[in-house]
Amino acid sequence: MEKLSLRRRLTCGVLRGLMYLAAGLTGALLVFLIGYIFVRGLPNISWELLSTQTSYLRGTVGILPNILNTLYIILIAMVVALPVGVGAAVYLTEYASNPRAAAAIEFAAETLTGIPSILFGLVGMLFFIQLLGLKQGILAGGLTLVIMILPTVIRTTQESLKTVPQSYREGALALGAGKFHMIRTVVLPNAVDGTVTGCILAIGRIVGESAALLFTAGFGLVLNGFRDALQSSSATLTVALYVYASERGETDVAFAIAAILMVLTLLLNLAAQLAGRKLKRKE
Amino acid sequence: MKQKESRKRFRRVMQEFCECAMHLLFLLCGIVSVAFVLFISVYLIISGIPAIREVGLIPFLFGTTWAPTAKTAEPSFGILPFLLTSVYGTAGACLLGVPIGILTAVFLAKAAPPKVAAVIRSAVQLLAGIPSVVYGLVGINVLVPAIQRAFHLASGACLLTAILVLTVMILPSIINVSETALRAVPREYEEGSLALGATEIETYFRVSLHAASSGVATSVVLGAGRAIGEAMAIIMVSGNVPNLPSLFGSVRFLTTAIASEMSYASAGSLQRQALFSIGLVLFLFILLINAVLNLALKRRAN
Amino acid sequence: MKKVLSLIMAAAMLLTLFCACAKTAAEKPETSNEEPAAGESAAVLSGAVSTNGSTSMESVIGALAEQFMADNSGVTVTYDPTGSGTGIESVSNGSCDIGLSSRALKDTETGLTGTTVALDGIAIIVNAGCAVEDLSVEQIASIFTGGITNWSELGGEDLEIACIGREAGSGTRDGFETVTGTADACVLSQELTSTGAVIEAVKNSPNAIGYASLASAAGQDGIRILTVDGIRCSEETVLDGTYAIQRPFVLVTKDGTALSEAAQAFFDFATSADAAELIRNAGAVPVA
Repeated sequence: MEKLSLRRRLTCGVLRGLMYLAAGLTGALLVFLIGYIFVRGLPNISWELLSTQTSYLRGTVGILPNILNTLYIILIAMVVALPVGVGAAVYLTEYASNPRAAAAIEFAAETLTGIPSILFGLVGMLFFIQLLGLKQGILAGGLTLVIMILPTVIRTTQESLKTVPQSYREGALALGAGKFHMIRTVVLPNAVDGTVTGCILAIGRIVGESAALLFTAGFGLVLNGFRDALQSSSATLTVALYVYASERGETDVAFAIAAILMVLTLLLNLAAQLAGRKLKRKE
Repeated sequence: MKQKESRKRFRRVMQEFCECAMHLLFLLCGIVSVAFVLFISVYLIISGIPAIREVGLIPFLFGTTWAPTAKTAEPSFGILPFLLTSVYGTAGACLLGVPIGILTAVFLAKAAPPKVAAVIRSAVQLLAGIPSVVYGLVGINVLVPAIQRAFHLASGACLLTAILVLTVMILPSIINVSETALRAVPREYEEGSLALGATEIETYFRVSLHAASSGVATSVVLGAGRAIGEAMAIIMVSGNVPNLPSLFGSVRFLTTAIASEMSYASAGSLQRQALFSIGLVLFLFILLINAVLNLALKRRAN
Repeated sequence: MKKVLSLIMAAAMLLTLFCACAKTAAEKPETSNEEPAAGESAAVLSGAVSTNGSTSMESVIGALAEQFMADNSGVTVTYDPTGSGTGIESVSNGSCDIGLSSRALKDTETGLTGTTVALDGIAIIVNAGCAVEDLSVEQIASIFTGGITNWSELGGEDLEIACIGREAGSGTRDGFETVTGTADACVLSQELTSTGAVIEAVKNSPNAIGYASLASAAGQDGIRILTVDGIRCSEETVLDGTYAIQRPFVLVTKDGTALSEAAQAFFDFATSADAAELIRNAGAVPVA
């Protein structure tokens, strides 16, 4: 084995060193971030925090309203986005006879992913609250989020629709089924896994969203039932974190919410990985 | 006999009607996403043009003073401070984040022992999903005091802190996408290079990285897009004073400019219209960056 | 596939169950607080009251809202801490019922009626580790306009002064700048969007000086409230006017549109003598 020239050995050494440095830096950053949030957040999570609402008269802090608002807003956003997203994906894969229409829809979906959430919040506020006259609440917030998560749902559903073997479709059509009947009974049931992955990813995005909800869903920290929260200012967990951290100075509560959000993200990631693995196994 | 036939015909007609209806329904769903993009663009343009026309395009884009509520002087609507701050912030974050991200991706995809790689990869995916307010929270509690002490500043909330926070935020995106691209490089390329006498490191950087360059380019575009669109994390750490950007000075970005003043600008006032114009400028800026980066990086990849 | 769908169904049903239980669980403590002799009107109030605006009024509105909701279990009062300018704008365009402003309405803000419900002092705060204890109004103006830049010029340590202020729509900023004569001339190192954020920033930085609502700043650790021209910032000095840097807490309503029944009841409660004790406990000075 001949020895490498000095120049090559030097370059390799430097590159290897830089690579380990970068990886070490990233690793240290990850450990620090995750560790810091858990260390400062977990001790502050108490049953009182999770199950009551903030009281000025008693001087206690509670985030139950925010947990509920997050669940409500996930419900509204998914109830609207799922049918529309799956419908668009079905159109793209099954019906699109016009390739330009399909390309236009795909381009639109890609552009939507690149728009920053503050612009969604701006347009949402202009359209839903000023133009349509809705009040700040989870209805306006949820509808704004629909536009944001639509591309995710469309893309993942499209991918899973593509994994359904063409023979299934041809068999159904050969037996005399109409196109919609075929889609309903053969294609969609086999594409549920991908759709579920898309839903989990979309829910992950909803849970983490804050800029779009500031002026559409508001900052309210009061406990509301579902129907009241629709048109009443309701802060989700992320907005509550922002309020407690920067406006009320309750850093402990803010870190507790951060820890809860991280645990939620972890669970959603795991769920997405499991669903994704099931999808891959089918391929 | 005739009854059965007419019933069969009726059922067939109903079925065909259902089919047509569903086709239309699905088409509508598809159109909805195009409609949303058109709607957002049109709305931003319609709301953003009036202020630009009133203030004048050049004074708006290149004016250096932003004081829409000035009481003792004429209100001024120059957004150059925000534009420059967003540019410097994104450039700074990419400058720091892209090398670290790509090097880490190479490490994860090629050089790391599989168990270590799996752990780091899950941690990176966890970080990619964390809400941006959490980054802002850690920034305001850890970075701001640290930078203040380290550089003997009056206040640690400055452009540098924002750049560091943005770097940490775009790292997971860059690492994830680059690593996927690197792992998709065919083994034959690497084995061929090794057989020709290159070392492993040379193979990773000269062959695999080159083969994965379009994926890496996509990750950079993604990272830049995320950096320029970020609002919540940097509103907590950058100071929010509409100054021209300086590394240790308090700054306001395009996104935080909108977020800070949107709520109290009176409806119909020039200030509110100017904020829509900032939104429009941000939107066009992002489209421009996407187009330029896509062209430049993908051309280099080819 | 069937398993997945049934799991989703189960999760959805659990969700609705949880929501329903939480609502009833939350309502239970509210109903137990009801005082039968509190002089309720014959008709039971219900509905939502939305208030929006000044962050300085947070503790005052929070206390008033909570007591009102305890007395009237069918009503929800929400509060958005967004700043005085936003509050005035929201009530003006109809997106909230009652706007909250920590400054008097300007002449340009037409079509609105302001009802003063309390007075509040603007406390000048510094970090607890700062040696300075008293400043004159001229010195404060000079600091915030960049005339004095180092604490050593005032008898403190050799540290650069960092001025923490509020956003342009803030009532606190307006009150501060009017009294000190520094409108449009402040050189700030941070513009924050709430009084609590200013307190936090000053707490965490030994160089900082800022202005915040007395109601929020009183009793906080980590900061010191300066005396201005020798006069302490307290409820007494605000009431008798000797503490110069003060402003009113104003409930803003839109002319020509009647408030909903619940909102009117809340408005009457907030301006009544029953609310004075709550306002005082929250740190402001009631004017009822």
